[in-house]
Parts: sequence; structure tokens; C-alpha cells
Amino acid sequence: MSGRGAAGSGRGLLLALLPALCALPRVRGVEEGPGSAHGHSQGFQVVTFEWLHVQDPYIIALWILVASLAKIGFHLSHKVTSVVPESALLIVLGLVLGGIVWAADHIASFTLTPTVFFFYLLPPIVLDAGYFMPNRLFFGNLGTILLYAVVGTVWNAATTGLSLYGVFLSGLMGDLNVGLLDFLLFGSLIAAVDPVAVLAVFEEVHVNEVLFIIVFGESLLNDAVTVVSGCPEGSGAWHGASLCISRPLATTFPASQRGTRPSPASSVLLPSRQPPVSPAVRPPRRLSALPPGSQSRTPLWAQTPCRPFPSPRREQPSALGLSSGGAARVRQGPWSWDTRPPLLPGSQGGRTLGVVLQTWVLNRYRMVQLEIIDQVVMSYGGLRGAVAFALVVLLDEKKVKERDLFVSTTIIVVFFTVIFQGLTIKPLVQWLKVKRSEHREPKLNEKLHGRAFDHILSAIEDISGQIGHNYLRDKWSNFDRKFLSKILMRRSAQKSRDRILNVFHELNLKDAISYVAEGERRGSLAFIRSPSTDNMVNVDFSTPRPSTVEASVSYLLRENVSAVCLDMQSLEQRRRSIRDTEDMVTHHTLQQYLYKPRQEYKHLYSRHELTPNEDEKQDKEIFHRTMRKRLESFKSAKLGVNPNKKAAKLYKRERAQKRRNSSIPNGILPLESPMNNLTIKEKDLELSDPEEAPDYGAEVGGGIEFLASITQDTTATDSPSGIDNPVFSPDEDLSILSRVPPWLSPGETVVPSQRARVQIPCSPGNFRRLAPFRLSSKSVDSFLQADGPEEQPHATLPESTHM
Amino acid sequence: MWLSSKKQTKKPPNVQPETSLLRLYHRFRALDRNKKGYLSRVDLQQIGALAVNPLGERIIDSFFPDGNLRVDFPGFVRVLAHFRPVDDDDSGMRDPKQPEPLNSRMNKLRFVFQLYDLDRDGKISRHEMLQVLRLMVGVQVTEEQLESITDRTVQEADEDGDGAVSFLEFTKSLEKMDIEQKMSIRILK
Repeated sequence: MSGRGAAGSGRGLLLALLPALCALPRVRGVEEGPGSAHGHSQGFQVVTFEWLHVQDPYIIALWILVASLAKIGFHLSHKVTSVVPESALLIVLGLVLGGIVWAADHIASFTLTPTVFFFYLLPPIVLDAGYFMPNRLFFGNLGTILLYAVVGTVWNAATTGLSLYGVFLSGLMGDLNVGLLDFLLFGSLIAAVDPVAVLAVFEEVHVNEVLFIIVFGESLLNDAVTVVSGCPEGSGAWHGASLCISRPLATTFPASQRGTRPSPASSVLLPSRQPPVSPAVRPPRRLSALPPGSQSRTPLWAQTPCRPFPSPRREQPSALGLSSGGAARVRQGPWSWDTRPPLLPGSQGGRTLGVVLQTWVLNRYRMVQLEIIDQVVMSYGGLRGAVAFALVVLLDEKKVKERDLFVSTTIIVVFFTVIFQGLTIKPLVQWLKVKRSEHREPKLNEKLHGRAFDHILSAIEDISGQIGHNYLRDKWSNFDRKFLSKILMRRSAQKSRDRILNVFHELNLKDAISYVAEGERRGSLAFIRSPSTDNMVNVDFSTPRPSTVEASVSYLLRENVSAVCLDMQSLEQRRRSIRDTEDMVTHHTLQQYLYKPRQEYKHLYSRHELTPNEDEKQDKEIFHRTMRKRLESFKSAKLGVNPNKKAAKLYKRERAQKRRNSSIPNGILPLESPMNNLTIKEKDLELSDPEEAPDYGAEVGGGIEFLASITQDTTATDSPSGIDNPVFSPDEDLSILSRVPPWLSPGETVVPSQRARVQIPCSPGNFRRLAPFRLSSKSVDSFLQADGPEEQPHATLPESTHM
Repeated sequence: MWLSSKKQTKKPPNVQPETSLLRLYHRFRALDRNKKGYLSRVDLQQIGALAVNPLGERIIDSFFPDGNLRVDFPGFVRVLAHFRPVDDDDSGMRDPKQPEPLNSRMNKLRFVFQLYDLDRDGKISRHEMLQVLRLMVGVQVTEEQLESITDRTVQEADEDGDGAVSFLEFTKSLEKMDIEQKMSIRILK
């Protein structure tokens, strides 16, 4: 076998697989007979099927293909995936495939050893997860997560084990050869909440970020706790950690050798990525290169970046594990029902109690409280997955006598939780929300002011640094910015790291595209949309708007005023009178058009679909408005306090700085936050104009330079040489905005309001910022070229055009 | 120093505990980039998230009452103190002669009222309401719609028919709203 394998497979990856596969069960030998039976046909054989020759790589490749196609296929049917959680679908798929293989072959094709899993399957999963892990959320809630993961899991394990033991003692379970330790062990196995199923469900349900990250983190870390506390071969549950890790490692390889044992579970394992033994070795995941047995306890935090986020492939192993478990169960002899009834309510009840207690403790320290709904969702979302199954399969038959019983029980628990709870959690969440919603008709005032309060509160939170500020994180990001980024990132990548700038930049791009498209579509004269005709509130009331039904569970429940979509209600109740119609229209308008506060629109990203960018649009509008206002105030401050000389100085400073900046790559200027930008720029300022009163200069210059940094940096990413002169653009903005845009027909002398200007898909100000895309290093030229004739008068220095 | 000035505006049992005050002080220092010892408008404007908050500018302005250009730490804390959660046991024990604590419901509402009432005449006129609405609403809403919404809003709250919303009318229109919860930040407890 080994010889043939070495000679046959040319593929690098799979070549390495084969030595591992040498440990495969000898049962394969049965197949060799028929495979090589082609030799005795007459004549010259044109085609031979060397099945055995290519069997292993072929099956692997086929498996991967089938799994990927299935995954894609599930998502094609959106209706199905919105009801049934993906893990359930995968289980069904696994069952089907398992059934096919089993029916066809009755023997294991091969099993997966830890080495194979570690070296070939895990790295892509890990890297994929590492990219997509929501770092900020995770580390922000790390305390909570650790509490739930460590204490919660231990609690779950203890309660499950003890309750089972209690039931056993009371004799309901019949005659079993188990002791307290076995029950505790079993409890610890079953306590592991599998992240994949839970998180897939959460993603679909769109729970709020905090809840999501807590569950995610908890399930991330509780595997480690499970393993440490469980010590799968049952050699003492609560020993020192290092022993617990190293011993499983030492025994896993022999366990894989023992794959030939007639245990039904392992024999039906498909050629998949099901890791039969890897949970035991999972804690030192990152150290997979180290030889087994030399591991010491990996600190929990070190495992964090490695833990797979629910990725498509990750779900396959669990599903297939489950499916194989299902097939195994079919064969299982004793269908003893004694253990099962107490187990399910016992474990779930224990979990619920644990969640409630911990939340009570946590709420005393947390800023964002965890509501009842969150707790319900968390405890109901305690699905078990393949981890539990894998761990239980690992149990040593000799040490735990009733291993088969445990296996079958685990299978049942896993199936039940994934399928039943997975299917029902989504309706449950939605039902809870609807039930608690406010039935009182909110008044217009309340709605408006309520929204205002939300905005105010977010602003105050930002100012007081509550949610956005974490000393450690700041220190880390400073370190990152100062040293790591310079080493690890290219300059152009460094520039585009600031989130707001990114958004701004992308929006400018979009504006450009839509501007051009709009112009083409309408012809230049009819360019401006008539605001009133396009936006009549003749909205179709018969269809409920989906946008108002979204958002987090607990936020919606917490909020009782600026409420969820109850406009349907208002519609029905007040259909009769005209005044009420107007009322309804007003409500509707407000509901639809009020800016959303930060909590409401920031919900979870989904890896399967792109979320619409409404919040970016809102950001952009507000951002423009804010910047414009700030510039106006700066201009008036400039004028008021100092005469044009100041402006000239500023202008010169800007040009000097710009020139300097164009030679110094912008990468030096830290872009992580506008604050840092400002500091550096102020220092530059002070260098160039030492006689300037630093105090006032800093203050006045600050705001403009903030804008300067924005425009500079966004444009600089596109044309390193052509840098927008920031002092120009605001002036251009204001002066241009007071003039009639050229494409308006002469009859319309109305100056568009500020809002209407922004309504044009690309207001002049925006477009101005795009101009330097293509152009020369002289910023003034870029304006001239960009906007044609009306720019000429403004090509002169700002001091002459001060209003 | 600032603790004593804090005490003047709060009743003694309700003094902000050390830890959150310290935290605010660190935040103040972090915002104060040049270590000037006070904050100017620019320092607050550097907080990126405020730029995308529709009421951001107004809130920054509220830190600089009476046309000041700088705010020192006590002033900073004084504004933030409006957002402390309200303790339930306060109202029972309060000595009526002492000034109401800053985080009482009335004072929270007054803070918001001042955000709306820019000319400080004690009333939110229709024009001011229109401005606030304009800030908070997206650009798709036309001017006519906005005006009608403003009219209705003022009409709903206005009781004495003067076309403007006084502070009492404002309070009354929001009596059912849970201000204490909506306008509190836990960290300041």
C-alpha cells in the first residue's frame, strides 16, 4: 500500500497525505482483489481502471468538490436557507452521502488522522478565520467572553454531570456500569457548544453585535476548557492542565491506529475532514508544528486568532461527523432510552441557569447591558456540534465502560439541538421581538426627539470615550501604526487605513460614476432632478418595508419610542380622516428618512451576502454637511479675528506643506485617526512658520487641516503628485455653491438649497475632489481642467475672493 | 481641584466616584492633544465619529457655552454629568433647598432643549425646529415635506398656541418617554 502510494501520486499535497494514510486500517485489503482483476482479459487492453491506484486522492478531491457545490447550492435557494439553518442541511447531506457510501461499501474507505487534519485542512480554515474575525468587538468584550467560556462551561459540565448522576442514583436509568466520574466526563463533553451551528443561525437572524460576539467568543474558547477539563480518555477529569493536553496527544496516534475496531462510528466515517481525534489536540492548534507530547498548556488567548469563524468548510466536518454519527446510530444495538430523557432537559436547564447567573454578575460591570432577550437567545442557542461527538468517540472503551451508550446519547443530543433548536431559534427570536414591541402609537414629537436623543447619546459616548476608547487597544493601535504598519504594509495601503477616509473615498468614486451615468442618461440640460416630483410620499403602503424590521433584537425591545415598523398599524387605525392621512404620511416620512443612530444601523456583516450601504450614504451626507459648516465657521473666524494676511499665510503654508508632502510620501503621516493627522500637521506648521502664534494657528488651522488631510489623503492615493489644494476646495465649494450650476437652464434662477445641491448625485464640491484624479501636479490646474470655464475667476488666490 | 468644583454642583452623597472621574480625566487628557490643559473646539472635532453624527456640531457647541473658546476639565465633566444614570434613591432623600443634581430628568431635558434652542429665548420656534429636523433627516426629503413635518411637530407639542414650544411644553410632550434611560451612560455611574 505504501509503496504504491508513493509511486502513484504526483500531487504534492496529497503525497504527504499518504504516509499518514499508511496508518489506515488493514481492512482495505479486502478491496484489492477486485481492483486488480483486469489482468486476465483477452487481447490488448486499451483502458484500465486503476481505481485503487487513484482512490485516495480521487475521493478527497471528489469530496471537496461535492461539499463546495452543496454549500453553494444551498445558498442558491434563499427561501430554504432562511428557514433551515445551514448546518441542518449539511447534516442531511452528510447522512445521505454516508448512507450511499455505507450501502455501497460497508467498509471504511479511510479515516482522517490528526496529522492530515492539522497540516492540510486546518491552515486554510485558520487563515480564513483570522482575516474575518471581528477583532475590535472580540477584544472589547473579552472579559465577558472569558467569563462565559470558562466559568460557564465548567458550570454546564458540572450541572449536566451531576444531574445525570442524580438521575442514575435514583435508579431511573437502569443498570449501568458507570460512576460519578464517567458522568462528569460526559457532562464536560456535552458542555461544549459548537460555534458553527450557533453562529450560522445568528448570522441569519441578525442579532446584535454584542450578543453575536459573546456567543462567538464563548464557543471559541470553551472547546479548550472542555478538553482540559474532560481529558477524553477518561483518566481523571480534573488533573493538571498539562497532563490533560499531552496525554491525549500521546494517545491519539495509537487511537487512529485502532481505527479498525468494529466500532460503528468510526467505520462509517466518510473520506472527509471529520477530525475524530483532533479536538483533543486542538488546544495547541497553533503549535501544530511542534512534536506531540511536548505541548504545554496554550494560553487561551493564543488560540484566539486560530479558531475558525464559521466558514463553509468548517461546517462540513461537523455535519459529516454528525452524519456519520447518524449512520452509526442506525446500527447501534442497544437503544436504551433511559439516559436520554434526563439528559436533554438537564443540560439545557443547566445552561440556562448558568447564563442567567453569569449575566446577572456581568451586568453590574458592563456598559452595555445584556437584556433578557439576549439571555434567552444565548441559552437557547446552546447547540452542540461535532465537537461533542468527536470527543465522545475518542473515549476509551476500556476506561469508560458504557462508551457506546454515551456515543449514542451524544448523537441524539447533537441531532436534537442542531435540528430542532436550530430550526426554531429564528422564529423564536422574531416572535419575541414582535411580542414585546410597543403597541402605543408614538407621537411625532416623541419619535423625533427620541431619535435626537439617540444621536446625542452616541455623540456623548464618543466624547467620553466610552465605547470607542480602550486604553489597551489604543496603545496597541499606536504601536501598530508607528512600527508594525511601517514594516509590514506598503505605503499606499497605509494611507487608506482610516475608515472614514475610506468611506469618503469610496463614496467619491461612486459619486463620480453615478454623476457620469446620470449625465449621460439625462442629457446635460435636464440634469438636475426636480426634488419635489421625485420624492412625493406616494409610497405604496400595502407592502411593509423590510428595512424597518431589521436591527437587533434587544435594541428593538429596549427601545420603545422610535419604534419598529408599526406604520402598518398606524395605517389601519387611522385610515379614515384626511388629517389622519396626513399624520400617517408624516409619520411614514419621518420613519423612513430620519437618520439612524449608530446602534441601529450597525449590525452584523454577513459572509454570504453583501449588506446594503445605507449607513455609508448617511455618513456621507452628514459628513459633508458637517465639514461644510465647520469650514464656514472657520472662514468666519478667520475673517473675524485676522485679516486676509492670515489667509494668505495659511494658504502659503498649505502649499509649502503640500509641496513638501508630495515629496515626502504620505505614508509617514499617520492616518489611523484624524487626531494623529492633526498633530503631525501642526508640527509641520510650526516648523514652517515659527513666528506664527502657535495657539491660534493651531486652532484655526486645525479644522482646515482636518479637511486638508482628508482631501489630500484621498486624492493622494490616486495621484501621488497631484494633490488637491485643500484651501481651495472649501472656498470653491462655497463660492460655487452660491452660483447657479451651469447646467441649469437660464430660466431657473433659484439657487439650490444646500440639500438640493447634495441631491445632485455629484455636487460640485464632491466632484471637485475627484478632479485631481487625472491631472497635473499643480492643483490649480486640476481645478481648471475639471470644471471648465466658471473656474477661471476662482483660480486666483482665496484672499481676493473672500466674501 | 476639580473634585471640589464637582461637589458644588452635586449633592455630597452623589459625588461621582473616583474611578469614573479618573477615567474622564484620562479621556480629557487624551483629547487634549497639545497638553494645553483645556479643550478647544478643534480637539473635539477631531473625534471622527462626531463628524458623522447629525447633531455632532451642536453637541460640541454645548461644551462651549456663552461663546467660550475653551473648556477646562470641570466644564467638560459638567456637561457629561448630565448623562449620569439616575439613582432611584436620590429623589427620596433629596434636600429641596439644594440645587437639583445635573442628571435629573429636568436637567437632562433642559440640556436637550438648549441644543434645540439656539437663540436661548426659552422657546423652540418653528424655525429652530425646522433646522433641527433638517439636520436629522436625509437629503431625500424635500423642503415642503420638512415644513409640514415641522408644523405638525410644533402643533402637537404647542399648547398655548404661540407657535413655539416652550420648555414646559417640551417636557410635557415627552412625559411618557423614559428619559432617564435614554439619556444615560452607564460608565458615568
